[in-house]
Amino acid sequence: MNQIEVLTRRTFLGNVFSASAFVLAARLLPEESLAASSPGSTGNAGTAAWSPSVYLGIETDGTVIIVTHRSEMGTGIRSVLPSVLADELEADWNRVKIEQAVGDAKYGNQNTDGSCSIRDFYDTMRQAGAGARMMLERAAADKWGVPVAECKAQNHQVVHSSGRKLGYGELAQDAAKLTVPKKEDLKFKSPAEYRYIGKELPTIDVTDVCAGKGIFGIDAVMPGMVHASIERSPVYGGTLKNFDDKDARAVKGVLQTVVLPPLTPPYGFKPLGGVAVIANSTWAAWKGREKLKVQWEGGENAGYDSAKYKQQLLETVRKPQKAARNIGDVDAEFARGGKTHEAEYYVPHLSHAPMEPPAAVADFKDGKVVIYAATQNPQAVQDTVAAALGIDKKNVECHVTLLGGGFGRKSKPDYVAEAALLSKQVGKPVKVTWSREEDIRFDYYHSVAAMYLKAALDDKGKPTAWLQRCAFPSIGAMFNPANTTGQPFELGMGWSNLPFDIPNHRAENGPAKAHVRIGWLRSVSNIYHAFAVHSFADELAALANRDRVEYLLDLLGPSRKVDLGERGPMADKFPLDTGRLRRVIELAAEKSGWARKPPVKGRALGIAAHWSFYSYVAAVVEVEVDDAGKVRIPRVDIAADVGTIINPDRVKSQFEGASVFGASIALMGEITAANGAIVQSNFDDYPVARMQEAPILTNVHLVPSTEPPAGVGEPGVPPMIPAICNAIFAATGKRIRDLPIRHHKLNA
Amino acid sequence: MNLKVNGARRQFDGDPEMPLLWYLRDEIHLTGTKYGCGQGFCGACTVHVNGSALRSCQQSMESVADKEIITIEGLSETASHPVQQAWKHANVPQCGYCQGGQIMRAAALLQKNPHPSDADIDSAMKFNICRCGTYQRIREAIKAVAAGAQAVEAKK
Repeated sequence: MNQIEVLTRRTFLGNVFSASAFVLAARLLPEESLAASSPGSTGNAGTAAWSPSVYLGIETDGTVIIVTHRSEMGTGIRSVLPSVLADELEADWNRVKIEQAVGDAKYGNQNTDGSCSIRDFYDTMRQAGAGARMMLERAAADKWGVPVAECKAQNHQVVHSSGRKLGYGELAQDAAKLTVPKKEDLKFKSPAEYRYIGKELPTIDVTDVCAGKGIFGIDAVMPGMVHASIERSPVYGGTLKNFDDKDARAVKGVLQTVVLPPLTPPYGFKPLGGVAVIANSTWAAWKGREKLKVQWEGGENAGYDSAKYKQQLLETVRKPQKAARNIGDVDAEFARGGKTHEAEYYVPHLSHAPMEPPAAVADFKDGKVVIYAATQNPQAVQDTVAAALGIDKKNVECHVTLLGGGFGRKSKPDYVAEAALLSKQVGKPVKVTWSREEDIRFDYYHSVAAMYLKAALDDKGKPTAWLQRCAFPSIGAMFNPANTTGQPFELGMGWSNLPFDIPNHRAENGPAKAHVRIGWLRSVSNIYHAFAVHSFADELAALANRDRVEYLLDLLGPSRKVDLGERGPMADKFPLDTGRLRRVIELAAEKSGWARKPPVKGRALGIAAHWSFYSYVAAVVEVEVDDAGKVRIPRVDIAADVGTIINPDRVKSQFEGASVFGASIALMGEITAANGAIVQSNFDDYPVARMQEAPILTNVHLVPSTEPPAGVGEPGVPPMIPAICNAIFAATGKRIRDLPIRHHKLNA
Repeated sequence: MNLKVNGARRQFDGDPEMPLLWYLRDEIHLTGTKYGCGQGFCGACTVHVNGSALRSCQQSMESVADKEIITIEGLSETASHPVQQAWKHANVPQCGYCQGGQIMRAAALLQKNPHPSDADIDSAMKFNICRCGTYQRIREAIKAVAAGAQAVEAKK
């Protein structure tokens, strides 16, 4: 199937199902989880023979259509979440068809980030499946005139104790007429009966992807489309002074140039503005843009210099700042005059650099816009595009393609709004394809951060007081420039929730102004917070000359639920349990052979353990540092307790990937700015780990658990970075306090 | 100028400086070959040119005149090439974007060196970036193909 056929099929998604009228008018359950399509509603499963939920339709031929409303960027979620529904439905996976949802609030939250797809929708999918299964059983019982207790759904059919059978397709229309079970009456399968949960189903896209047939945002085409490439202000918030497009328009294939509206605060997800070259091919558009002569007014960020800014952040954390959490009295303990230790840490800006740069195609016609985009958040596309075009968001139809990586970049739809704005101006479908240089120069960067830590120590080297201060420009500044300090959601990522058993503790945060776009990147604030906290813990263990694992367990103290002062359903469902953190530390130590591998010169293990996205992860990293100071990572052992696991293979793959992503950050990740502009532009000056630089082998050890499912995509990253640095210290005696490692001389 | 893509003869009379990558993607709609960096750093655009794995973003159209190009779509119809089979078996892909290039690179390596050592694998695959971090499964899949080749040879 070629791409045009794929897209044509997807364009008319709402019409690919049979036009039978059996659509439940009532809601199956009184919440989004099982919101039924109302009659006449279009899109996805809404026109199936029976659509008991926005996520589910059953055709009379027995085809089960499951709508997947989260974006596929490599986690497997597009396959894994539907497999939960299919399991509770007792559906035969071979007869399940998965359709990607368009952006629509009826599906609930579609923002695929924060490692929350399974966490937030596991119960929803089970309820949708169980409710429909019970209605199919009831429909069969009514047809046979037998008690429903004698009927059981089994692998796509309902079986009576006498041996009679009816397929789901034969039952769909009768089931559609039945009363919907109440949530409290739902009966779920026992874990022993699971067909897919806990098993290792291959993803639905693996064959297409290996055949080069997967359709990503950059591959999307619309009939009659033209291509655009945009020249933007090198300084964040800069404005267009003047431009000369004569040479650009002389390039063969270039059709016209278009000035995009200027960027106005708050910047949020708005497109950056600039001058677009429209052409009949990607190559002509890019070549034309190179010939543009544009002058910019730099504005208030024109003086941004990341080296100076680093010093500013460090000065901020050397002075007392506002407390985000305060236990006991650290000042009184420090005033006693005992032994203390202090250290400063720094993490630079980072760029997401997904292998597929931002790309989208949009067709604006008659006040409506149809979009195909690699986006993590099609509802944010609706909001952003609607605001940019001045139309109602119901007139923004956003189809989600496969994403060539996301890591948080593609939850910000500025590039999609560019395509929509240009389509309106040009009067044709417009495809915007960012070059790698644009991707690296105009990212929403992972925040730069400085941290200061100080501990008072008892005679065994254990802290009696622990003070930590951080400063970083906040993501919140994108939405309100008045946000010049860390927001609670950022401090909640590894700063205001230190799990250590220390009687006096204060976590502070100081102000920092944003001079580039700041955005969430895989694991977000946990990256710099965990780097500082777990490097410092390792420094204290080294000072005390104690085994790192034993010391870490001592720091954590007895198994308990840490009181973080938070109340509410999430705090109740996912308390910070130090017992689970201890367990992963012990498991990673055991599996890595920690006790058998004492450090020798040039080769050693390092450990760190971190709680994030409600998951518990310990990483033991083995490093080799040769005489030239070159670092190799032959082996990593990650132990993770992520609660209930749906697809163990995809969970493992996320931790394998996190191991590499963490190594990239630790070893080489750095974005800098000079005169307000980003210095780096491609993989030569913004390197990411290649095969021989990445950890050679990452063993993932999963803790069996029946706790609620927690995050998987992100929590592997944070412990990796301090674990690498701690291993380097053990192997070389060199303590890394600012990243990346490649700037440090590690040989003697 | 003429060239052959996946066995089919093609004619091209456009910009001779245009990289092969954009010809494949924009002109003949073979989008399995991906853009990743445009500078030859990442390998997402790897194709076979007269049997060698090359980065199509670095090959101008004039440089591939009369050459024979194989893209990921041409490696097999249904992902049935041994390298693709091994990729599927090891569940290598995460997002999948770079994997066409990885597979083309690995297929060329195994064609020339059916039993690569770890060092051989490193030196071939270092041209291809995977941001999802699937390297260990790529290595595993390449070794599985090599082991399969060994098994076949042993039976002979």
